[in-house]
Amino acid sequence: MSSVGGRAVNASGGRAGSSAGPWIQAWERLRRSRAAALGGLLLVAITSACTLLPWLLGLDPITTDPATRNLPPSDLHLFGTDALGRDLLARVLVGGRTSLLIGLAATASSVLIGVLVGGAAGFYGGRVDEVLMRFVDFLYGVPYMFLVILVMLLFSDTARGDPLPVFLALGLVQWLTMARIVRGEVLALRGRDYVLAARALGATDIAILLRHLLPNTIGPIIVYATLTVPGVIILESFLSFLGLGVSLSWGQLVAEGVSVVNPLRSYWWLLFWPAVFLSTTLLALNFLGDGLRDSLDPRAGAGGTSRSKAPD
Amino acid sequence: MGALEVISVAAAVLALAGTAWLPSRVLRSVGGAWAALGLLVGLRPLLGFAPASVVALLLGAAAGWRLPEALLRRIAFALPSLLLLTYVTAVLMYMAPGSPFANERAAPPEVEEALRERYGVPDNATAFFAVYLERLVVEGTLGPSIKVQGRSVEDLLLPALPVSVSLGTLALVLSVVMGVALGIRAGLRPGSGADLSSMGLALVGVSLPNFVVGALLMLAFGIGLGWLPVAGWGGYRHLVLPAITLALPTAAYIARLTRSGTIDVMQQDYIRTARAKGLPERMVVAKHALRGALLPVVSYLGPAAAAIMTGSFVVETLFGIPGMGQWFVKGAINRDYSVVMGTALVYFAMITAFNLAVDLLLAWLDPRVRDEL
Repeated sequence: MSSVGGRAVNASGGRAGSSAGPWIQAWERLRRSRAAALGGLLLVAITSACTLLPWLLGLDPITTDPATRNLPPSDLHLFGTDALGRDLLARVLVGGRTSLLIGLAATASSVLIGVLVGGAAGFYGGRVDEVLMRFVDFLYGVPYMFLVILVMLLFSDTARGDPLPVFLALGLVQWLTMARIVRGEVLALRGRDYVLAARALGATDIAILLRHLLPNTIGPIIVYATLTVPGVIILESFLSFLGLGVSLSWGQLVAEGVSVVNPLRSYWWLLFWPAVFLSTTLLALNFLGDGLRDSLDPRAGAGGTSRSKAPD
Repeated sequence: MGALEVISVAAAVLALAGTAWLPSRVLRSVGGAWAALGLLVGLRPLLGFAPASVVALLLGAAAGWRLPEALLRRIAFALPSLLLLTYVTAVLMYMAPGSPFANERAAPPEVEEALRERYGVPDNATAFFAVYLERLVVEGTLGPSIKVQGRSVEDLLLPALPVSVSLGTLALVLSVVMGVALGIRAGLRPGSGADLSSMGLALVGVSLPNFVVGALLMLAFGIGLGWLPVAGWGGYRHLVLPAITLALPTAAYIARLTRSGTIDVMQQDYIRTARAKGLPERMVVAKHALRGALLPVVSYLGPAAAAIMTGSFVVETLFGIPGMGQWFVKGAINRDYSVVMGTALVYFAMITAFNLAVDLLLAWLDPRVRDEL
């Protein structure tokens, strides 16, 4: 998608616009938002650092060494070392893989559930809609930490360090807003002429939903999915803090860093570096999500009432 | 999870869905009965059986007789949903590996049998739930703790309840006050300094886990400046830092809600009318804009309370506060089934009651909802 194509859209509008498609227009709008571009760049940088650097530099996050315990940052250990003598840079980068993976996977499962429930509610309307949305409302009021902790217990026999239970548990509680958004979009779209036309041509419900309705709600889905990832990563850090998380993630590292906060001997790097990586990623995701909202979903205001997720 | 559990959950879900179509007469008796039952179980530990049942009967009858239908529908929905939640809690707990008696070193089966009998923990979730409910309704107790020897769940939770409630209430009030104040100032002048600071707060809220914020506050005000106690529980001074920590993320979200609500409201015709009749700007904001701008905040109060409860698990652990969240986490890790059930039940009951109160408040504030009721 070149910027030339985008400019052509802006210049000639009309036919060129329809052939260039809404995606290019959205891309153009996104490119103009500085915060979103910065967020996107930061994300690419952090993601590639986490995936590639440990492998390129041969970093080892696991081997302990009593000789190098609690060293402050130095040339040898850029971020310092932890209480067991492990290199913090390696741990932060490898932990980032886990956190990003959990964020993505939990978001994917929340998208799946949310689209199914919201799509069904919006498409069938009436009683189906009323019952499904009533449950969504009901679940909104439940302090979901209860459910997350209980679901985590189910997997307490599996090896620690396996991220699967965490993202399953988090995905199970994060789909509510997605369901509401998809429902609203589908509800608004299903009376459109093109849906009636498809129906008149004998398309089945499933075909209409999959071919005509969901593709038109993809914008809001992407926007909200981007905003779900940081929520999941923060929740994972809560679990780590409570001692229920996976073994090596940003949340775990930040929790370890918080546990050594004391006035006598400061191991500030143990909190500082993981926290910097964690919050930079979360900020970048939020910037990108806001930018995507403005470009993909121009109807929603920047203040974001469409974003009714619990803010933690 | 056996067939029995699946069928029970499905039946409960259907029954819940059914409350949407109860005819109004049935609704009046069901809603009244649920209200009376809920009040009885809730008031009994406070008043004793006889006075509690009299109060519950009278109030339940009054509720069934006088309350608007939409509200009764919520009540009819609330009590079964409470049961469903606690049932799901029991089922999940039983599905988790391990049992409360698993680390009793190789207890002979008859000993385990006797223990299960004594603590009221049969070997499947549905039987456990039945025993639990029976004990709750007939004896009015939450049962003995399995792991904390010789104490009942009430013994553990009663001292913790006021701690959690005062912390949660203070955090909720703080988050609403801070969020609304910031949000309105930001919404009246988008782009101004106030707007930027509310955005800044919102960014901190979404980008730092609140245990980090809490640790930093602790370091700054507890250790560095020495103004406030670092951790533990004592007087009101122990409440300040945890409450602020707990309130921040919710305050950030409320600020954003209020900001967009204010921007929306200020463009409405009735604001132009109010200005046109020469009202000073202060009056326009206080009398006309505030109400409209607050509506989204009021309807967010339910989820906000849930978010604060979620956060309180973490904040109680960080500050070493002897609240209910700790009992839930401890109980879940130790497989102390009755403690988990008791904590979950109390939390769910509080949030249900709170949501009902929010519905009432919303009806009072918003004429459109009032007419619906």
